[in-house]
Amino acid sequence: MEGALYAGMDFFAGYPITPSTEIAEQMAVRLPARGGKFLQMEDEIASICAIVGASLTGHKVMTATSGPGFSLMQEGLGYAIMAEIPCVIVDVQRGGPSTGLPTKVSQADVMQARWGVHGDHAIIALTASNHQDVFAMTVDAFNFAETYRTPVVLLFDEVVGHMREKLVLPGPGEVPLVERLHTSVPEGVDYHPYLPREDGRLPMSDFGGIHRYNVTGLFHDMWGFPSDKPQVVHDLLRHLVDKIENHVGEVTRYREYQVEDAETVLISYGGSARCALHVVEERRARGERIGLLELQTLWPFPSELVREKTRNARYVVVVELNMGQVLQSVKMSVERPERVFLANRVDGSLITPVDIRNILRLIHGKGV
Amino acid sequence: MAMPMRDYIRERFFPHIWCPGCGHGIVLNGLLRAIESIGLKKNDLVMVSGIGCSSRIAGYVDVHTLHTLHGRALPSATGVKMSRPELTVLVPMGDGDALAIGGNHFIHACRRNIDMTAIVMNNRTYGMTGGQYSPLSSFGTVATTAPYSNIDREFDVVSLATAAGASFVARTTPYHVQQMASILEEAIRHKGFSVVEVMSPCPTYYGRKNKEGSAVDMMERLKSLTTPVGSKAKEENPALIERGVFVKKEMPEYCEEYAKIVARAMKGK
Repeated sequence: MEGALYAGMDFFAGYPITPSTEIAEQMAVRLPARGGKFLQMEDEIASICAIVGASLTGHKVMTATSGPGFSLMQEGLGYAIMAEIPCVIVDVQRGGPSTGLPTKVSQADVMQARWGVHGDHAIIALTASNHQDVFAMTVDAFNFAETYRTPVVLLFDEVVGHMREKLVLPGPGEVPLVERLHTSVPEGVDYHPYLPREDGRLPMSDFGGIHRYNVTGLFHDMWGFPSDKPQVVHDLLRHLVDKIENHVGEVTRYREYQVEDAETVLISYGGSARCALHVVEERRARGERIGLLELQTLWPFPSELVREKTRNARYVVVVELNMGQVLQSVKMSVERPERVFLANRVDGSLITPVDIRNILRLIHGKGV
Repeated sequence: MAMPMRDYIRERFFPHIWCPGCGHGIVLNGLLRAIESIGLKKNDLVMVSGIGCSSRIAGYVDVHTLHTLHGRALPSATGVKMSRPELTVLVPMGDGDALAIGGNHFIHACRRNIDMTAIVMNNRTYGMTGGQYSPLSSFGTVATTAPYSNIDREFDVVSLATAAGASFVARTTPYHVQQMASILEEAIRHKGFSVVEVMSPCPTYYGRKNKEGSAVDMMERLKSLTTPVGSKAKEENPALIERGVFVKKEMPEYCEEYAKIVARAMKGK
């Protein structure tokens, strides 16, 4: 939340849902006090539509929800992808499917963030394991949203969402912010809202301002008008995917702990990465060559990074709170996928260092 | 000084997609007359629509146009209006769009009383998908998905909007195009959430399925089956559908109330 305000977010619309309600409650207090707007809508569908409308007029916008609400937001998310509207969607994950485990932890929306929207597309999804990184990733999310004119998903989990810890706020200007790229086309001259510049970026004109144009969720031409011409459809789809997939390096965020000489590389993210780090510190103290690669960018998946960091490892162990959603991407990224294992918990509890240690013993062939 | 009506049209995107005899083109005409009469500038006008035959109206008008998802025009428009309250926001929707998939958004927009004009272009069917029954198709009508007879009962848009708290509620038809233009003008000028139901004939699907005759016959029916609100004819024949302004009341407008919240919150700092 602090990260969003720091990034200049001034419009929030949401619907109460555990475990993300605290964000809405705080926004209701903080936003009007800064001249911003907070809206409690009738559901999550309305919430994402409202922020999409507000973003078009030139505001930095956000909504926050949890798995069930994120399901409802998928059509709005798809719309924002298609119409290229910057926005940030926070999903504080809880157990699912369905109403699931409202107050318990899970990381099982990783694939929903990637493929919840129908149709081919690319998406940026970030996560973090501590509040300082939540702040940093939130600022990054707004920066990426503006840079690539796209929605960005912040996939946090109940543990990170509900814990209390210290946060050091950077001063104004300390962290670079990406502001809306406005068109230089003057009033009265034809402005093409969907004509990318050479670098692929699309300058925007605030909706309701000096240029009148059409925005639609249909495939559209450079004026924003519906088109089903094969060339227009093909070019737009390629653009939507390439603008993100071709910038994996720029949007990849991660942390690494003693991976360099590690025989066992743990790969984790969010709340479970804290437990994985504990195991690394403890086992290192006993001389074991173990390291942790903590992913912060989950989508687009940083395949190159994962391949590089695991090249010399004998064992790669993905620690996550689902049935192996990141595991699949890791297996597809690395050489010799048979050395990739899963250490997980899917019972609404955070995986413990003891759990991870026991699984490592099994993997190392030592028995528990 | 009002602009000539053609100036409000994106001519290069014509011809439009509507079938011959469809009422939607007349709604567009009435709406442009209302806009012209008020003298609204194109840059101050936003049109937000959903999905369906009616929603294509947004593409043809040279204002700021947002063609959203099926049923989601009102929440999208709410985001636009809240972030830029000085803009005039028009929300044309179809009956399925506004009251089936968008029904929840509809009643909540009425309740909030946010200053925008919702136009329900009611053709009593899903035209774009080929004539299925909508929440405005009445009991006993026929549709591709009610081949034996529709057993759903329909909403009354006026009663629903009134009960949900809209501060301006009206009904009109493309037959009464002069009245339509003046009602739409009154609705746009009204400060608060306005609902205007326009009974727009669909001769291609609804008319054909329900044996209502040609486009001209359907237009005739709009004349013979409706009567001005509060007229004596309604007392004599309760089956007549009333048209005119049903509700017009001053109520706190949402954006203005939120501006007060902002002022309070900023003072408390």
